[in-house]
Amino acid sequence: MKAKIRKTQVIVETTHSDIGRPVDPATRKASALAVIENPFAGRYEEDLSELMDIGAELGGYLGKMCVDALGITAEQAESYGKAAIVGENGEWEHAAAILHPKLGAPLRKEVEKGAALVPSVKKLGGQGTRIDVPLGHKDAAYVRSHFDGMEVGMADAPRANEILVAVSVTDSGRPFPRVGGLTTDEAVGEDGLR
Amino acid sequence: MDGSRNIADIQTAPQGDFGELVKVRKFVIHIEEVLHEFGPAANPPQLKGYIAAVAANPYAGSYVENLMPLMEALKPLGTAMAQRLIDALGGADKIVAYGKSAIVGENGELEHAALWHEPGGYGMRQLIKPSKAIVPSSKKVAGPGRPVDVPLAHVNAAYVRSHFDCIECSIPDAPRADEIVWIQSMATGARIYDRAGGLKASDIQGEDGLK
Repeated sequence: MKAKIRKTQVIVETTHSDIGRPVDPATRKASALAVIENPFAGRYEEDLSELMDIGAELGGYLGKMCVDALGITAEQAESYGKAAIVGENGEWEHAAAILHPKLGAPLRKEVEKGAALVPSVKKLGGQGTRIDVPLGHKDAAYVRSHFDGMEVGMADAPRANEILVAVSVTDSGRPFPRVGGLTTDEAVGEDGLR
Repeated sequence: MDGSRNIADIQTAPQGDFGELVKVRKFVIHIEEVLHEFGPAANPPQLKGYIAAVAANPYAGSYVENLMPLMEALKPLGTAMAQRLIDALGGADKIVAYGKSAIVGENGELEHAALWHEPGGYGMRQLIKPSKAIVPSSKKVAGPGRPVDVPLAHVNAAYVRSHFDCIECSIPDAPRADEIVWIQSMATGARIYDRAGGLKASDIQGEDGLK
């Protein structure tokens, strides 16, 4: 692996009830995080291809961690998202290099198809910084019941020369969807939108 | 009775009064001007910002089945907020990226945040043209002062890689337990050191909202 990983974390959040009502079946979302060394910390490096390759590795690695943690098959995944927090000696663009060029394709293999864009956020931050991984339906971005988010973070990451990378996968939408819009039953899942 | 609490008696100034279901306690506008990031000077600098409205949650405290009245009532707020942020960033023709989020106070439900998809998104899309791309979003239930990461993406082609961006929003005294913070984000440019390849803004077709 090109990525030098200090540690990983996987979280599964299961919602059994909300606002006094049972959620049945319970909704579940998973996030997998990796803290890696930033090879470009402390300097301006024009060519970011090394980080792009690291992104490709982590897309599959973290995506599989999520699917395994949920105990589902690839086709049972319903929504996904990705995020990165760059430590203070790095650059905003380092997050973009990890997330955008190559992370998506191997992640899509882990969740089957994935016709839709993988929603993302990025930021710079110190140890303990939290980040809201956006979630959207993996095959049809306009499915309204699956717009969601999952906040993640690690107390000791990222250090100044590190980057924290997160991938989230769910097997469900929000607990009580009732704001209209496109539903999973209506979605075709070919163009990535509807 | 549909279970919603009566917030019609909340007294707010005219610019925060959007009818019986929408009473804004305060607006927050935040603008960043990004000039460099330890490389070359940004040319031009990127402006990115958000507008947040801290408003009462008429559905706080109980499960209310029909949420649609609030979705409808939020539409004028969505438009008014978008106009204020556009003005703060120099005009609609300057806006190239957008996003939206909501933070629901602790007596509310995650689903209440989802009400923002139409009013928050279309408020911006009706003022920013062309804007065929989906408005990226995030949402959470959280206490006062908690941050939310508001995504940003190109307004007319979601796959433009240079414009995937983000801005964090937090308001020290909001949301209170019975409030919701409604948020829109916009930017006037790409990330200043865009060099992650992919679709360029100059190459978009602008037909399907994606490419």
